[in-house]
Amino acid sequence: MGKTLFDKIWARHLVTEVGGDTQVLYIDRHFIHEVTSPQAFAGLRQRGIPVFRPAQTIATADHNVPTRNQHLPIQEELSRFQVDTLTENCADFGINLYGLGHKHQGIVHVIGPELGITQPGMTIVCGDSHTSTHGAFGCIAFGIGTSQVEQTLATQCVLQRKPKQMRINVDGELQPGVTAKDVILHIISRLTASGGTGYFVEYAGSAIRGLSMEARMTICNMSIEMGARGGLIAPDETTFDYIRGRKFAPQGEAFAEAVEQWSALYTDEKAVFDQEYHFRAEEIEPMVTFGTNPGMGIGIGQRIPETPAGNATYQKALDYMGLQAGQSMAGQKVHHVFIGSCTNSRMEDLRMVAELVKGKQKAPHVKVMIVPGSKQVEAQAKAEGLDQIFEAAGFEFREPGCSACLGMNEDKVPAGEYCVSTSNRNFEGRQGPGARTILASPAMAAVTALEGRLVDVREFLNQN
Amino acid sequence: MEKFTTLHSTAVPLPIEEVDTDQIIPARFLKATTREGFGDNLFRDWRYENDGRPKADFVLNNPLYSGKILVAGRNFGCGSSREHAAWALYDYGFRAVVSSFFADIFRANALNNGLLPVQVSQELLHGIFTAIEADPQAALTIDLEAQRIHIAASGLSEGFEIDTYKKHCLLNGLDDIDFLLSIQDQIEAYEQSRRQQLTAAQ
Repeated sequence: MGKTLFDKIWARHLVTEVGGDTQVLYIDRHFIHEVTSPQAFAGLRQRGIPVFRPAQTIATADHNVPTRNQHLPIQEELSRFQVDTLTENCADFGINLYGLGHKHQGIVHVIGPELGITQPGMTIVCGDSHTSTHGAFGCIAFGIGTSQVEQTLATQCVLQRKPKQMRINVDGELQPGVTAKDVILHIISRLTASGGTGYFVEYAGSAIRGLSMEARMTICNMSIEMGARGGLIAPDETTFDYIRGRKFAPQGEAFAEAVEQWSALYTDEKAVFDQEYHFRAEEIEPMVTFGTNPGMGIGIGQRIPETPAGNATYQKALDYMGLQAGQSMAGQKVHHVFIGSCTNSRMEDLRMVAELVKGKQKAPHVKVMIVPGSKQVEAQAKAEGLDQIFEAAGFEFREPGCSACLGMNEDKVPAGEYCVSTSNRNFEGRQGPGARTILASPAMAAVTALEGRLVDVREFLNQN
Repeated sequence: MEKFTTLHSTAVPLPIEEVDTDQIIPARFLKATTREGFGDNLFRDWRYENDGRPKADFVLNNPLYSGKILVAGRNFGCGSSREHAAWALYDYGFRAVVSSFFADIFRANALNNGLLPVQVSQELLHGIFTAIEADPQAALTIDLEAQRIHIAASGLSEGFEIDTYKKHCLLNGLDDIDFLLSIQDQIEAYEQSRRQQLTAAQ
């Protein structure tokens, strides 16, 4: 029987078995940030032990940072203390930190790939569920809790059960205006928010192969939103081209050797998955969510499905959102648009938005915030003049961080108001207490900002 | 970590599905740098109004219900990897969560903190909700050694699964990190055997 890509990477990182189903998995790269690491460092101090392999851990500050005036001290006392704690911990334990103000600072899942730290065949963990993003490079990458952050710091290993495996095939060609974000929202709407729990997903098929690295990252990023611990895509020329020349990528001859090794990372033809799904790219519409988990999504042309009999949770979600079954989402008035997060804050996302809004103005009642994924994205956007397009359209172009995706900092949506967001979670209160989040692609977010209500980006493209 | 052997307690019913970790502990309360004190903000936005007044209709504010066991609808703990969710439940006083389905990362975090996730059938979950509704004093017994959960009031009982290694850890109050540190030689040997260069990310 053939091996899957996942099997091959897993086997190469297996240190030993513990008994039961638990195995010791070696971790190549460990990303940390200010929110889920302080208790792990406190644990090391309590035990009086060092970080085992400090060069394999990379730190940044992203979750709890302001997106304005990053050159000034953080105003909020608890946030400042948390970010300062990360700085101290990194200094004390010899970990490389891209802190606020550093030219490589940014959302942890944006900077790993853009610096070339994320490479095919690696195992990668981070105390953040969207670590699945790195799977786009053909990695086993998954989120962990703080106890496991401490384990990784102490031993460069985690204890893990080998998950079941699922393959999701998307074949065909996407319609104009339909993006990777729509593909993954479509998949989650079919599989539900728990359909991938217990599995690791491989994404395959011609539509996936045709995606850029940034688009593949958007897909893998949201694997966790269907419950899957991670998702991965076999590396190919698109992957190698992306990595070539990046700061921490192998250079010269070493790169050629690496590509040779990476080229062996694919699923054998005879490999069998525990579960397999097939989707047609042509059938995927621009997607929006209407409820309070990412599985509650529909095409913009569809109506909100009727409440399944006796499903109090579904009705509770609609009540929270102030929406009704049978209603169309198109035309829904919104007051906020957030473009950012580890899902959609990279250059292609910003270019997509700029192209749609260039020379246009946002609707007067809408507040629009664009938060780049990293300092490098911010700098590149400015070099291309995108910041001026955004500002001319009435959008605020901020400094990098997780921002309104999770509302840890000041960037929040007021109670009861709707926000079309390019982030990954529409949970109750995710963007602030009482906030109503509608997840969508950057293209849908851009045209919503212009119109002040949800519109179908395909119609917008036909008219403009 | 505290040992977990047998738990006999009344339970708090939360018959809602897809309870995500943002509900268990909202992100704005993740600014602490220690593990303690998160219980005060457990289910913050379901439990309190914005001005801090308790919401009378939320179960944690209902004096009829109390206990060390939380019983919740399927897919409990989905969403963010924040271990703060497990800390908040534990800090509040819960020692076990019963549901018909758990999200992976939450399950792992709970096990690492002595909070036992007990996965039961949808039928048993329904039976527990019914029993607690009929009598809020109905007690549940969770026997980890035997891997069984009972409700004396209704006579319902069911076995549950747990990884043998994690069971051993919970019964004896052992952390994963103690185990991993004890095999450091093996980890070093693995590193040597894998000739792949682990380039330092400097």
